[in-house]
Amino acid sequence: MIELDRLSRTFQVGDQHVHALREVSLSIAAGEFVSIMGPSGSGKSTLLNLLGLLDRPDSGTYRLDGADVTDLGDAETARVRREKIGFVFQFFHLVPRLTAAGNVALPMLLAGVAPAERKARVAQLLADVGLSERADHLPSQLSGGQLQRVAIARAMSMSPALLLADEPTGNLDRATGREVLALLEDLNQRGMTLIVVTHDQEIGARAGRRIVMEDGRVVEDGA
Amino acid sequence: MTLRDTLALAWGSLAHQPRRTLLIALAMSIGVGAVVVLTALGEGARRYVLEQFASLGTNLLIVLPGRAETSGMAPGVLTGQTTRALTLADADAVMRLRGVARAAPLNVGVARVSRGGLSREVVLLGSTADMLEIRHMRLGQGRYLPPGPSNQATPVCVLGERIRAELFGAGNALGEWVRIGDRRFRVVGILASQGQQMGFNTDETVAIPVAAAQQLFNTESLFRILVEARGRAAVPEVRASVLELLKTRHEGEADVTVITQDAVLATFDRILTALTLAVAGIAAISLGVAGVLIMNVMLVSVAQRRSEIGLLKALGAPAASVRRLFLAEAGLISLLGAAGGLILGLAASFALGRIYPALPIIPPLWAVAAAVATALVAGMLFAWLPARRAAKLDAALALARR
Repeated sequence: MIELDRLSRTFQVGDQHVHALREVSLSIAAGEFVSIMGPSGSGKSTLLNLLGLLDRPDSGTYRLDGADVTDLGDAETARVRREKIGFVFQFFHLVPRLTAAGNVALPMLLAGVAPAERKARVAQLLADVGLSERADHLPSQLSGGQLQRVAIARAMSMSPALLLADEPTGNLDRATGREVLALLEDLNQRGMTLIVVTHDQEIGARAGRRIVMEDGRVVEDGA
Repeated sequence: MTLRDTLALAWGSLAHQPRRTLLIALAMSIGVGAVVVLTALGEGARRYVLEQFASLGTNLLIVLPGRAETSGMAPGVLTGQTTRALTLADADAVMRLRGVARAAPLNVGVARVSRGGLSREVVLLGSTADMLEIRHMRLGQGRYLPPGPSNQATPVCVLGERIRAELFGAGNALGEWVRIGDRRFRVVGILASQGQQMGFNTDETVAIPVAAAQQLFNTESLFRILVEARGRAAVPEVRASVLELLKTRHEGEADVTVITQDAVLATFDRILTALTLAVAGIAAISLGVAGVLIMNVMLVSVAQRRSEIGLLKALGAPAASVRRLFLAEAGLISLLGAAGGLILGLAASFALGRIYPALPIIPPLWAVAAAVATALVAGMLFAWLPARRAAKLDAALALARR
């Protein structure tokens, strides 16, 4: 599903070039649960941004679902993100003035899904994460675990094939973190490709495939 | 993203910051309101002047001796000839032309009017019976100058209201005798008071038959001939035939000038329309200022909402959608401001109309439409830069920060 061929990314910090990624080649099959671990500055967030098409590599190619998505234009990149990729962030990133339902509906709004269909799907998605009763709550009225579950429902709203999670439990206590992880594993079991960037050894251990990065390179890749 | 969803999302973020939204909209309102009020005033002044002219009759033509020359010298100076005078016979001939409803010869001079021990200088008008209708004057008492041949110097006079009051006070004036210059005239009528009429106060005039005035001033010539055409459409035709007639009568020399009221009217109309446009333009500057304000606030808003913009992009919003979203916010604010400005402007116009009832203060439709359009365009134009900045935002960077 994902084919990375010698992907590199360099950032300019002051007059220094920082090699965030050095010729990373990876292949991830559909339905895998992959954890990416490593010390901060190892390039794992850069890799995730590239996978999510939020950033562009300086060299190398990225094939998603068999199509080369390395050099797509803005509108095309946006379409791929909308239709194939879901995001879950450490800091949830819910829009504070929108209700839980409003936040879940956002990707469908951007995709131009008709209001009636939107409403039905939002109800289903919130039911899937067990938050039907909180549909009309604002983010400020929800707990951390609930916020992350709303974020997961939002990520799933366009039924993407790939879910990218950046420290999804990093801001949650252990028990809530486990709940959220269980939710993600459940989605993975239903066939979704799941890639999680984490510091948490426990999540790393539960992933079907562990990738460890260091200094912009993959240093360990295995079960 | 559909337009409806874009607007709904934009409205949501505006409603989330009500005070900020209202303050920008207020700035926009003041600009729109200023345009509406100032054009209403300008338009009111224009209509006021046009009405004043209309009260003199728009079918009016004025014949005066001498050609209108662009050189500074009188035409006679170079040729050794003097301008031929207009005569009473000219006036009588003009009266018989096709398309002429009425014509009145006019002589104007200053003379001393006295009765008993009271006397004063007045503007003396020598004319005929038709003058009353042509100048739309109203009689207070008695009758106007007697009809009949224009060369009959009947010793009668018609007093302006103010002159009557000064010479007779509360007493009866009709049928009494007054002395004008070295002659005696019987008062046959009093004009109703109507005050200033285009800088000409009929209350302070005395009218006598034109022939009597010519004797009094010892002249054969006329000051003007006032001609009233049968309708507005007949004015150009009458103008041409008057010129033709007088040319024939003056041995083939075109030595008179005919001014039509329409020409004067058109000139005033142009001047006042230009003035209205100028004040509208000045007021429109404040709309530009409001636009800059919108830009400023939007730039701050883009900076504050970096992570929200990054999120929208991560969720699949292309740059164009983000740009449209911010433009929609500016558009909605401008719309709000335009609506408020209309209410403000119309209310102020109404209040001014109450204070100056003589001025017909109505904001012209074109100005209202232009003010609203300018507000919208200014809002969107000045929002372009912030919207572009939002659209270009690096999503990965925006999301990385807390």
